[in-house]
Amino acid sequence: MTHNVYLYILIAGLVTYLIRMLPLTLIRKPIRNRFIRSFLHYVPYVTLSVMTFPAILTATGSPLAGGIAMIAGVVSAWFGANSFVCAVVCSGTVFLLGLVL
Amino acid sequence: MTEQERNRKAFVSGVGGGIPIGLAYLVVGFTIGITCRNVGVAPVESALLSITSLASAGEYAGLTVIAADAAYAEIALITLIASARYLLMGCALSQRISPAMKFPWRFLIGYGITDEIFALSVMKPGYLNPFFSLGAILVSAPLWTLGTALGCILGDVLPPILLAAFSVALYGMFISIVVLPARNERAVLVCVLAGWLSSYLLAKWPVTAGLSEGTRTILLTVVIGVIVSLIFPYDSAAEDAVLSAAAEDPGRAADVGDGPPPGEEAVK
Repeated sequence: MTHNVYLYILIAGLVTYLIRMLPLTLIRKPIRNRFIRSFLHYVPYVTLSVMTFPAILTATGSPLAGGIAMIAGVVSAWFGANSFVCAVVCSGTVFLLGLVL
Repeated sequence: MTEQERNRKAFVSGVGGGIPIGLAYLVVGFTIGITCRNVGVAPVESALLSITSLASAGEYAGLTVIAADAAYAEIALITLIASARYLLMGCALSQRISPAMKFPWRFLIGYGITDEIFALSVMKPGYLNPFFSLGAILVSAPLWTLGTALGCILGDVLPPILLAAFSVALYGMFISIVVLPARNERAVLVCVLAGWLSSYLLAKWPVTAGLSEGTRTILLTVVIGVIVSLIFPYDSAAEDAVLSAAAEDPGRAADVGDGPPPGEEAVK
């Protein structure tokens, strides 16, 4: 590794903090530009989806277990499971499949 | 009720709401810790990452950049994109802060904008009392950090079957954040399905498979985000419906409705 880990961490922390803090200190009015509002609204869903799949297939060493865990997570979330429950459902699925497979 | 009593009550309420959040963070933080270990980040460094960033997706995205030993600019860009939703939450929360609130309190509330603490905060009626944020942060941030450090340390010790199970907890959290809004809003459903499909295709396509995961994430987020924004211009009424649906979902956040009434200044 040629880069300094602490510098990576500092940059990540600084960027994250500025994203959170600036709206609370600078923006006193709602953002009016419709395109920017739309983009800000949709970005998290795209990013989180892109980072989930197909990464989940390679996370456990068994693509089948990862895929089934994803389906279990989607179904439980569709029916209203919160973050914690959904995380437990995915983990539990992989654990149970690990016993069987 | 005096101001001091109100603040104390808000603090206790924040701690109460922070406990279930913190327990979830402990588990998901563990997953981040395992990722840190796989990337070669030491336990102390992993704890530092979690206490400073306090962001699941942002940290995970950042770790893909660290793993690739990519340029410093890339970690700044990917963090910006992976955590861009906090900008929107900050804008929403800025409307719920008393104009008289001092800057140090604003700095503190900003630090605590996570998906879960935000959901808890916007549910409170009236202006947000910063002591509520303080309580929620003091419980959940240390548990997040502890979970990360433990994952980084114990990743070696745990049997492979448990390690495999923990390693998908983070994805479960991501899935839960996108799926319920996707059920309620067609444009979000398009974002999610397009995200999964295109990400899979780019990972398999020989031309793009060589790019780092972080680069592919940036690329797809910008392209899909722009296209969906142009096809489905965002309707704020729809977002309010989604937000209130999330707030009504009892599983998403514990009920802690005892904030000051609207118009009453929480902090002078």
